[in-house]
Amino acid sequence: METILQNLLNGIALGSIYALIALGYTMVYGILKLINFAHGDVFMVGSYAGFYAGNALMKQSNHPSVVHLALVMLTSMLACAMLGFTIERVAYRPLRNAPRIASLITAIGVSFFLEYGGQLVFGPDPKFFPTLLDKQVLHFGSVTTTNYQLIVLGVAIVVMGVLQWIVFGTKFGRAMRAVSFNFETAALMGIPVDRVISLTFILGSTLAAVGGILFSLSYPKIDPLMGVLPGLKAFVSAVLGGIGNVPGAVVGGIVIGIIEAFVGGSPLSSWRDAITFVILILILLFRPSGLFGKYQAEKV
Amino acid sequence: MVAPNPDSAVLDAKNVTIRFGGLTAVSDFNLSIQPHELIGLIGPNGAGKTTVFNLLTGVYRPTEGTIAVSGVPTTQFKPYQITALGLARTFQNIRLFKELTVLENTKIGGHIHYTYSATSAILHTNRFHAAEDAAEEEAMKLLQIFKLEKRARDYAKNLPYGDQRRLEIARALAAKPKLLLLDEPAAGLNDSETRDLMRTIHDIRDRFGIAILLIEHHMELVMGICERILVLNFGKTIAHGTPDEVQNNPAVIEAYLGEPVELADL
Amino acid sequence: MKKLPWWLRDLMYLAVFVAILLGITYGLDAVASVYPVMRYYNRILAMIGINITLAVSLNIINGHAGQFSLGHAGFMGVGAYMSAALTFYTFAPIVAKYPEGSMQAWIAQNGLFLVAILAGGLVAAIAGYLVGLPSLRLRGDYLAIVTLGFGEIIRVIILNVDKVGAARGFSGIPTWANFFWVYFFCVMTILISIRLVASSVGRAFLAIREDEIAANAMGVDTTRFKVKAFVIGSFLAGVAGALFAHYPPAYLNPTAFTFLRSFDLVVMVVLGGLGSISGSIVAAVVLTYLQEGLRAFSEYRMVVYSLVLIILMRTRPQGLLGRRELWDFLPKRKDTTAPERDSGPAVD
Repeated sequence: METILQNLLNGIALGSIYALIALGYTMVYGILKLINFAHGDVFMVGSYAGFYAGNALMKQSNHPSVVHLALVMLTSMLACAMLGFTIERVAYRPLRNAPRIASLITAIGVSFFLEYGGQLVFGPDPKFFPTLLDKQVLHFGSVTTTNYQLIVLGVAIVVMGVLQWIVFGTKFGRAMRAVSFNFETAALMGIPVDRVISLTFILGSTLAAVGGILFSLSYPKIDPLMGVLPGLKAFVSAVLGGIGNVPGAVVGGIVIGIIEAFVGGSPLSSWRDAITFVILILILLFRPSGLFGKYQAEKV
Repeated sequence: MVAPNPDSAVLDAKNVTIRFGGLTAVSDFNLSIQPHELIGLIGPNGAGKTTVFNLLTGVYRPTEGTIAVSGVPTTQFKPYQITALGLARTFQNIRLFKELTVLENTKIGGHIHYTYSATSAILHTNRFHAAEDAAEEEAMKLLQIFKLEKRARDYAKNLPYGDQRRLEIARALAAKPKLLLLDEPAAGLNDSETRDLMRTIHDIRDRFGIAILLIEHHMELVMGICERILVLNFGKTIAHGTPDEVQNNPAVIEAYLGEPVELADL
Repeated sequence: MKKLPWWLRDLMYLAVFVAILLGITYGLDAVASVYPVMRYYNRILAMIGINITLAVSLNIINGHAGQFSLGHAGFMGVGAYMSAALTFYTFAPIVAKYPEGSMQAWIAQNGLFLVAILAGGLVAAIAGYLVGLPSLRLRGDYLAIVTLGFGEIIRVIILNVDKVGAARGFSGIPTWANFFWVYFFCVMTILISIRLVASSVGRAFLAIREDEIAANAMGVDTTRFKVKAFVIGSFLAGVAGALFAHYPPAYLNPTAFTFLRSFDLVVMVVLGGLGSISGSIVAAVVLTYLQEGLRAFSEYRMVVYSLVLIILMRTRPQGLLGRRELWDFLPKRKDTTAPERDSGPAVD
């Protein structure tokens, strides 16, 4: 029983990081129908931005605190926002009317560029993320947790709440949903499509930055290829939830996180990645558009 | 599977109903088509005409009722199986294979008649040559009938609109159907093109000895060539009879904006 | 010209082709024995041949049938490991029974290698069938993610099978592949692809790519043909994997078959022009050379590669050749395929 609770807690903590990244995938997909393969690498850049900002801060005052963490996170969010904006502007926008596969290849190109450019700039060897906050182990009955996990959960919940509010409660959110529904009609209704798309990338990349910092807090060994696997898992989460669906991405991320936690704690742990995909494939076979996606039959 | 019976009606739809969620798009649709018949299906926009086509060709499955092609129940069939039984169609918003040539489009229409294994294709066996030669000959014959033979090597997307419509009919005929379903073949054509098309449709029926079911908005065309007309409104069949009977049917007149004057013009 | 039965005619062509290929193979070996530097270029040449095989076979699935697959490296991996396990555990001991350098040993080695290649292809084809099945229901990006997941599943399976080296990689595989085998299957793959696309099977693929609903309405069993494309494409990928496994240094690393490798192949196909066979060939040659040739600048290699991708897609999103073939740009000979109006047998 305790192990189940423990796994559940660990799974939700890991899953909320996947969810944060998945949200970026799902928003961009919802609007551009583009799998932004570079998104996992934006997550990596967010982590490195935090690494440099954190080290600079620690030089000023070598005393870990929540303020440090908040400052580092803000810096990283800003860096990723700029990166996301630039990627869309330089790489994707010129291809908006090109075949979708061309955008996809470009996304792969951007992904490689960030990964291997990252190896040049940051160095190919792993670096250690600074300890911005002292780790504390907390016990609730027989379940063990850390203040890190609680921060991950807290931040994730706040950020997702804010996102929910942006998408469903603001004018920008309404514009975003309109654009995702139909590009041309939205433009005809006077919605500045380009600006909405830019903002969507900024938003998605900011979330990736949050994910990057939270991830590095718990797994402090960072390297330029660190975004590949979490990116892939997050993408799977988005598909699982029904790509294009915002709450779906959150649920998908947490489901994948929980699955990984349970499989990881079992004798089958070396099969973990395979089991994740087997479950994904099984779900897609029965729900071809993910858990919350709507299946749209083509009109004849 | 029941074997097709040449003596039975080409098409027999009985009490066909389809609901999408709460919406009943077509209800209690009945139609029996004999060989060589030329039948029109008309009705205002959104009356469910194309839905009827989609039901007959297996794109949708009826919620209730049965459909049989040449005596074979097709309610559970996929579209390609229904095509193999002798139903071929065109689409309201032209669905040609745009990046393929006119000739290739037509050959694909004849797909069911010229099949061979992938191994035959790779080894270029005699069977392959025989089938390909026949497919090519057949396709060129059809293109000549539709005066498209000069454009056989052009991409379908590069054809002018009227030619695209005719190519779609040629492609459907390549399947050698017993019943041809035409979904608004005159849409977007001018008057002289429409008159040409009327003649062509009539010719096709006689030359190929097939039955034709036609959806059309162009009243002149429908009234001029169809022997029987079925009128749909809100998914219900409101009239079914000869052009004269239908034209004078009060329910039909009402469905068309309730203006008898306009119908008389048609 | 007197008409020969098709099989006799093809057999003759095959004999000539094999003879030429053998000639080149021994020629290259002879040169390499004098100038050892040439081994490096021979390897690049072999990698190009293998990548052409992969790109052209992926083009059948992706370019012709329009089914977006991100798992081609997985099929390649299946073929590679399957054939390598077969030769390493079963075939190599058989060959070793014959005196080294003897005629019998030569025949046994090449005969058994052919069996191993085909077995690799066959198992990959079965995998392709299994992966192709979900594609009956899934479209576009969902299919992409399922194929991607399949590739990852393959990788994890390999990591957990100690008999094929698990994470250490599989080494000691007999080095039976050479220029002859690589280019024999490379040319066969191209030939298969060209002949398929000009047949009713290939036309069915193209129809599905262009408009699945219309294809179905024309009597094409779209499900069957999609699976067929997957089976043919993955068979050839498995063959390429088998050749890769046995080409010196004949070492397999499970990380060589991840989705990154699949990306590489998709890039080749798209860059050449989706659906264009010659485009896939050209792109496979250029990109393989770029990747192998730029090894000296390894730090910048992938950065340059990624920039090339981005810039090429910006300037030519339809790929180098679009949907055309190189030979479409050649001056047209007299059009002999159009049937003559007057009688006489159809043109052969």
